[in-house]
Amino acid sequence: MKKIMSGNEAIARGAYEAGCTVAAAYPGTPSTEILENIAAYKEIYAEWAPNEKVATEVVCGAAIAGARSLCAMKHVGMNVAADPIFTIAYEGINGGLVIVTADDPGMHSSQNEQDNRLYAPHAKIAMVEPSDSQECKDFVKYAYEISEKFDTAVLFRTTTRVSHSKSIVELGERVEVGVKPYVKNPKKYIMTPANSKVKHPEVEERLEKLQGYSNNCPLNRIEWGDKKIGIITSGISYQYAKEVFGDNASYLKIGFSYPLPDKMIIKFAKAVDKVYIIEENDPYIENYVKTLGIQCIGKEFIPTCDELNPDIIRKALLKEEPKKSYELDVKAPSRPPMLCPGCPHRPVFYAISKLSKLKKNVIITGDIGCYTLGDEPPLNAMDTVICMGAGISAAIGFEKAAKMGNRDDKIFGFVGDSTFFHSGITGLIDAVYNNSPIVMCILDNRTTAMTGHQDNPGTGRTLKGEPAPIISIESIVRAVGIKDENIRIVDPYKLDETEAAIKDAYNANEPFVIIAKQPCALLKEVQKRRANMKCKIDLEKCKECKACMRTGCPAISFKEGHVIIDQSMCNGCGLCYQVCKFNAIEKVGE
Amino acid sequence: MVKSILFVGVGGQGIILASKILTQGLIKFGYDVKMSEVHGMAQRGGSVTTQVRYGEKVYSPLIGDGEADVIVAFEKIEAVRYLKYLKEGGSLVVNDYEIYSLPILIGAEQYPENIIEKLQESVPKTKALKAAEIAEGLGNIKAQNVVMLGSLIKALGLENMDWDSVIKENVPEKFYSLNVKALKAGIGTWDI
Repeated sequence: MKKIMSGNEAIARGAYEAGCTVAAAYPGTPSTEILENIAAYKEIYAEWAPNEKVATEVVCGAAIAGARSLCAMKHVGMNVAADPIFTIAYEGINGGLVIVTADDPGMHSSQNEQDNRLYAPHAKIAMVEPSDSQECKDFVKYAYEISEKFDTAVLFRTTTRVSHSKSIVELGERVEVGVKPYVKNPKKYIMTPANSKVKHPEVEERLEKLQGYSNNCPLNRIEWGDKKIGIITSGISYQYAKEVFGDNASYLKIGFSYPLPDKMIIKFAKAVDKVYIIEENDPYIENYVKTLGIQCIGKEFIPTCDELNPDIIRKALLKEEPKKSYELDVKAPSRPPMLCPGCPHRPVFYAISKLSKLKKNVIITGDIGCYTLGDEPPLNAMDTVICMGAGISAAIGFEKAAKMGNRDDKIFGFVGDSTFFHSGITGLIDAVYNNSPIVMCILDNRTTAMTGHQDNPGTGRTLKGEPAPIISIESIVRAVGIKDENIRIVDPYKLDETEAAIKDAYNANEPFVIIAKQPCALLKEVQKRRANMKCKIDLEKCKECKACMRTGCPAISFKEGHVIIDQSMCNGCGLCYQVCKFNAIEKVGE
Repeated sequence: MVKSILFVGVGGQGIILASKILTQGLIKFGYDVKMSEVHGMAQRGGSVTTQVRYGEKVYSPLIGDGEADVIVAFEKIEAVRYLKYLKEGGSLVVNDYEIYSLPILIGAEQYPENIIEKLQESVPKTKALKAAEIAEGLGNIKAQNVVMLGSLIKALGLENMDWDSVIKENVPEKFYSLNVKALKAGIGTWDI
């Protein structure tokens, strides 16, 4: 049976067909749909873990216990998960272990453009790279075979255009491999220095064996065409290369990309006049090919930054003139992403933005999630965004440095609910332990919103849709030692309450927590509940002061001389109603 | 011969569903197809694109500058933004519809005037339609994506295929007849 599938759906299908029984992940674009699709197979236990490190440790344990296991993460998630990965590399596995990293060249939804292929040689584990959905499915099966044959975890590397492109996949049946027996083996599974010293040479030997395999495995293949040009490529870049060169070149298509197939590369290079390396981001293949003493053309023409496409390759390597198109003497206004109409984060950023205009010492450290968009005008309510959790921890460092520099900066750190569970708790503990009088604003919108509404430890539901205990952020905050008088739990839709909390926080001299609780406006049940709730402008009372527009709500605009609220976008959150000094906005449909 | 179609618009306009219906149809009619979409941050009211390529054998899911046979723009300024992807002689199907971005809302930038006229002057094969109005006339503005799809299907010369069954398989039953009507209305926009 044939089906059109995204790469992520196909990875899930591949795991199913290969007899995977345990899977874990933390959501992150472009990897999220892998676990969402795996969860639909009742034969596989699947969970959202609080972060990628936990997800990876869960599947490390499962693999040692004997299950074919899989974890999935976006590229930056692998930084979080790196710790267990580098040591499971020594221990090896029992049941097969596949670690999926979905990289994001072009940074469609990421804070950096790191190339995770470099993790494979760093951690000394095997790596495979599919280039379309069919390969996504097939390579998962190969990955399990490689994992179990060579006793290694396998890094399964995709990119946005592999994960989120759809193409036709031939489906197969599931092969039940069951869960292997577990036999206690401390020398293999306890990495004390004494055991690790024995293991490290074994890892090096394993790499040699893997290299032998790489030279003979079906994932690496040569497609002979014209031999004037020989192209070495992998992943989505293979598709672009084929698109541009067709039969006018020969290809070494690499699917098993660590260790790289040295003998195959040498043989291929000898048979062609010129070697091109076509790869996105870092010169991973190129650097290796050069260590083999082979002259090749790569990054001097192919850009390191941003994602590739056939057009870029054509211009870079064939020196083709740009294709003719059309031009208009009009500049398209920019359209950056923004907080949605009715977003419960908006009132909090509005309030802090207002405060920062009055008090110049307010500093706002942001984090990864929808609330990163608090940085956008007109709110401009952010100073830094680094990574998951840094909204709190970087606030501590900012506060300490300010003090050392005799500045009285007041730091407000922002995280979301899912991010708090991911890596905000440790920062909170640091703030209490090291007495940092920062304000930690936890924007609890009852979901993992940016990645498309995944459940998390605070939502009361598991990935499989089963009921789960609701882990209380407030209880954690109290347990860590934030004093009762330094905790405010507010409904962000109530601006007075939110502003009062922010004012109290500003004046506090101890670690302070504000939890803003209101579910994401895009959640289906919220949309249903608020379907008839609207704010409307009374044009007779409106003085066109545009105070409501300073909230940055996209439902409010100034057209034909009047401020109007787009009723199809408005969910009646009431922020504009609360900022209007002339009672010109009314709330309807309560 | 591989055909390349670029869908452009604003997050929330139903672009992904429209390109999904097209993709499913093309597979049903025997083509090799690749479709690429973007999720995450890009969907929060930002400019979004999906790309569909079909033919006997398709390699790249992505379209480069001057390579799109058709651009389907769900919003006017998005047509302007991505116009450089249209190949010479290609068709532009554009929704005569405005969505203000935040910089426009707060007055930092201006929404340009007479865009449709300028596009028509520049691109000979431009089809401008009021998909939102047509969909509203059919009872639900949300069907504007399928009106756009209908107009695209006509531009591709694929209007005689069995799209009704493709819609049946890809939208909830209660929206089936609305979407069939929307598709027909979209195909019909070329007769006006």
